[in-house]
Amino acid sequence: MTWDNEFALSILPDLLGGLWVTIQATMAAIVIALALGLVVAVIRYLRIPVLSAVFGFYVQFVRGTPLLVQAFAAFYILPDYGIVLSPLITGIIVLGVNYSSYTAEVYRSGIEDVGKGQWEAATALSLPVRPTWTRIVLPQAVRSIVPMLGNYWIQMFKDSAILSLITMNELLNVAQTIGSSEFRYLEPLTIVGILFLAVSYPAAVLIRRLERRLAITS
Amino acid sequence: MSTIIEHSTRLWEGLLVTLQLLVLGSVLTLVIAFTAGLARMSRQFLVRFPAAVFIEVFRGTSMIVQLFWFFFALPMLGIELPGFAVGVLVLALNEGAYAAEVVRGAIKSRPAGQTEACIALGIGPVTRMRRILIPQSIPAMLPAFGNVVVDLLKNTSLVSAVTVLDLTYKGQEIRAITGETTAVFTTLLVVYFVLSVLLSFLVKWSERRFAIDRVGKANGARLLSLPGISRGGTT
Repeated sequence: MTWDNEFALSILPDLLGGLWVTIQATMAAIVIALALGLVVAVIRYLRIPVLSAVFGFYVQFVRGTPLLVQAFAAFYILPDYGIVLSPLITGIIVLGVNYSSYTAEVYRSGIEDVGKGQWEAATALSLPVRPTWTRIVLPQAVRSIVPMLGNYWIQMFKDSAILSLITMNELLNVAQTIGSSEFRYLEPLTIVGILFLAVSYPAAVLIRRLERRLAITS
Repeated sequence: MSTIIEHSTRLWEGLLVTLQLLVLGSVLTLVIAFTAGLARMSRQFLVRFPAAVFIEVFRGTSMIVQLFWFFFALPMLGIELPGFAVGVLVLALNEGAYAAEVVRGAIKSRPAGQTEACIALGIGPVTRMRRILIPQSIPAMLPAFGNVVVDLLKNTSLVSAVTVLDLTYKGQEIRAITGETTAVFTTLLVVYFVLSVLLSFLVKWSERRFAIDRVGKANGARLLSLPGISRGGTT
């Protein structure tokens, strides 16, 4: 059994529908990751005795465990405690929470990348705290933060396929459903691969270019 | 919790499979990383181009998609592999594509003086790469390789979806038998976490062990230590 063009074309609309779900879910998860990551980063930055250590452990733990197991845990455990969410919502939350740990580290390293001399200069000029942040530190930090975030967004887009295993109806899940009902996996799974590549490769090229443009040249 | 202890032999079997995937996958990843990474630096288009396509395709698609493709679609082209083989192969192809870029980046970032010195001394391209550039680049590769290995460990959980009886699969099995969802998944998360912490300790240790300027760093002066001295310790 080899490639069947007609079959491939007939399933394309369904797969594009799946891709749309994947993109929407990724974007929703990105919003969660950005917001939650900021909270985590700020709390760690403030060095509040116990709380900062707890969030430090949170980052380590989330980064040290597989997304799939986290997704299974949320999908099977939450209903036991009366929290019943759809696979789509569960998936979005898990992906967002997972990447909040990476996003928090991006914020942190972006701010740490700003040279010590910049802080010292601001102090020497007795610049108040607010303009030190808004005029000196953050504009420089953003240059390294944006490309790093971009790379994680692409990673999130690809990792969202894992959520098909908790029956979230995204691209890979649509392909698996077609495959098991038609007994043909070659076309749907190959198209899925092409669609992922068609989105992530141009995005990666774009971010590489952005990175070069934003780089601080001395 | 007692149900987990009751079923601990199942988890133990799963853990062994996960560790096998990790070790075999890492070794194959290293082979693929150096092959593809060096090929991508070749001056020959016919060597460089396929390597670039391989790297971009495997970095540009999800590992779970690759896993399903090799497990479900490849048999339709007449090549049928058992789940475990698919698992090791896809883990290595996927992480190998990432690590190939690490290899390339580390070698490319060597100071041009090293290459120039080799040319001046009449050292050919193969010896130059094997004896001069690659050995120097390894310390620079280690932190990134560490990330790749921890990533590989986490990705081993995906092979449970193609009938490999790893830790995650066994966990699901116990959940199906006992219904103890909280205990099962908490245990799984803790085991994976402990494994990845151990792995990153191992990486940290090897970074210190193979650092070029190990002695200098400890003194705060970034001196390139001499071969005889560098093994002596931190004084």
